[in-house]
Amino acid sequence: MKILVFVKQVPDTDDVKLDPKTGNIMREGVASKLNPLDANAVEAAIQLKEKYGATVCAISMGPPQAEEVLKKALALGCDEAYLLSDRAFGGADTLATSYTLAMAAKKIGGYDLLLFGRHAVDGDTAQTGPATAAQLGIPQITLVSSIDVQDGYVVCDHVLEDCVQKVRAKLPALVTVTAEINQPRYPKPINIMKALKKPRFVWNAEDLEADKSRSGIPGSPSSTKEVLEPPKRNADTKYFSGTGEEIAAQIADMLHDEHLI
Amino acid sequence: MAKSDYKGIWVFAEQQNGKLNGTVLELLAKSQELKEHTGEEISAVLLGKNVSHLTDTLFAYGADKVILVENDALENYSARPYEAALTQVAEKYKPSIILYGATSLGRDLAPRLMVSLNTGLTADAIDLGFDKDEVFYQTTPAYGGSILAHIVILEARPQMATVRPMMFEPIEPRVGAKGEIITETVTVEADPDYEVLETAPKQDTGDSIEGAQVVVAGGRGIKEEADVAVLKELAELLGGKLAASRPLVDNGWLPHEKQIGQSGAAIKPKYIFNIAISGSVQYQVGMQNAGCIISINHTKGAPIFDISHYGAVADYRSVVPALVEEIKRRKA
Ligand SMILES: Cc1cc2nc3c(=O)[nH]c(=O)nc-3n(C[C@H](O)[C@H](O)[C@H](O)COP(=O)(O)OP(=O)(O)OC[C@H]3O[C@@H](n4cnc5c(N)ncnc54)[C@H](O)[C@@H]3O)c2cc1C
Ligand SMILES: Nc1ncnc2c1ncn2[C@@H]1O[C@H](COP(=O)(O)O)[C@@H](O)[C@H]1O
Repeated sequence: MKILVFVKQVPDTDDVKLDPKTGNIMREGVASKLNPLDANAVEAAIQLKEKYGATVCAISMGPPQAEEVLKKALALGCDEAYLLSDRAFGGADTLATSYTLAMAAKKIGGYDLLLFGRHAVDGDTAQTGPATAAQLGIPQITLVSSIDVQDGYVVCDHVLEDCVQKVRAKLPALVTVTAEINQPRYPKPINIMKALKKPRFVWNAEDLEADKSRSGIPGSPSSTKEVLEPPKRNADTKYFSGTGEEIAAQIADMLHDEHLI
Repeated sequence: MAKSDYKGIWVFAEQQNGKLNGTVLELLAKSQELKEHTGEEISAVLLGKNVSHLTDTLFAYGADKVILVENDALENYSARPYEAALTQVAEKYKPSIILYGATSLGRDLAPRLMVSLNTGLTADAIDLGFDKDEVFYQTTPAYGGSILAHIVILEARPQMATVRPMMFEPIEPRVGAKGEIITETVTVEADPDYEVLETAPKQDTGDSIEGAQVVVAGGRGIKEEADVAVLKELAELLGGKLAASRPLVDNGWLPHEKQIGQSGAAIKPKYIFNIAISGSVQYQVGMQNAGCIISINHTKGAPIFDISHYGAVADYRSVVPALVEEIKRRKA
């Protein structure tokens, strides 16, 4: 079985600056990390590998620094790493990203299962997974809280607003995982060493035979036109003050007037 | 095709088991505003099997037309047949805008249409409108929390967005309103590679914040896990539920179902207490429609106070335990 797991490097903080001109995230000088849900996707891949045997390929599109999250994926047990890096890929929206990721999947070839995080904490679109499935024309199961592979099918718990469906999709298929699916392990120091010997590839647009008009900014129909302050809604706040006990008494009075107590 | 050839505002009329999702009426309401601006008609696109009884509701809540696509393969949702059917009708009618609820189904389907129609899709918009340049924009909270972004799809058509539930009020139903029903046939087949084996209702932990009348939410300012128990006690004394902003979920103190906000739940309780929460845009979109907002934060000028009815600039550790005691005393 061949499993492709897609990992994104995200800023390691909520407090990042936006470029006032482009509205894009300014990543300069901001520490990065593996997108937390992608750690769950890697863990799911490794567990399937331990159970059934598999080759697990970790793939990331991003600048050269994204190498770091791929090294982490290798240390966690992935077998090969692919960094998709080219100026032509920069500034991609989810349509262009899914195109590039799908081109990489095709070039690697022979895949059975594609694993994604449900969403990335920086953009939180949750669109890249389903869009990549559409690019490849394969079925998808999103929002998955459990996963298994049986007789050429992936079987998952698919979590909806009010119910959980047990769903089965024929491989090759794409799955996006939620945080509930597992508890990601920590890399062992010995595996961090071993990871350095595992095969790592860096591919650019030519390597992928990617159409540059479908990549990066030219391939992105959506863009940020403006960033603005949220409208101030003047709520006419009534403030309680005094010591903790005094404030507590005033809140209790208010709750009493509202018939809550 | 010039982009001016694309006309009309479409709302994806998400239904399951013959019941419309609540977001459909919200999107129809917002579409009235868009229509006032462009004069373009509003069509609800209804996919399924034996769903024609829903057209009356769609007209009552603001659709001018319903595009009705019935097919055995569309009886239950699955991504590929729905993608194929919606792509066929969208290619035929060329709408300018397609809106989807940002539900689990909408967010499963819409990205596939983004690919099949080769266009843009904004995720989880909290508002929509036209800017001073007459460009259709979708508002989303920007990374960082204190600013909003206007996302636009300048050249590609249709312009698509998934829109957060509970951002707009449905219009008063226009009882007996009628419109044109366009019945479309599509060529689709059930997906042989995708099968729902069983469906189980979500296990009710009795702890859901959705639908709770009173919610006590804690934020990053909560210093230790033991304090969370005090917040829970306060919630229970008021017959309510404990909730949180994202940091307390990220650090593992509370499960994700407790998270309020853009990537959590959107709730509309009668009363909400925000304890040591700053009030980022991402948090506010999940709770700003609460009836009565009470916030305790030791930083004067924290954005949460801008939307609060009652506030206290204080250390929660001096207020919350005292409040718990005070309520117990008064109840005794
Ligand atoms: C794509 C994306 C999606 C997101 N989705 C969500 C979401 O769904 N929900 C969400 O909540 N966030 C979300 N966020 C994160 C959001 O941007 C903020 O980082 C987060 O809401 C901040 O939480 P907070 O207010 O608890 O923490 P902070 O902003 O750190 O605020 C803590 C507050 O506690 C106060 N405080 C500290 N100590 C005390 C004390 N002893 N007594 C009283 N007050 C005290 C401080 O004055 C401060 O105002 C998202 C971010 C992104 C990028
Ligand atoms: N640049 C990228 N490289 C690799 N995987 C990505 C990238 N962007 C997004 N993904 C994958 O898509 C998921 C959803 O991301 P998003 O659509 O940005 O919320 C992530 O959890 C990753 O699995």
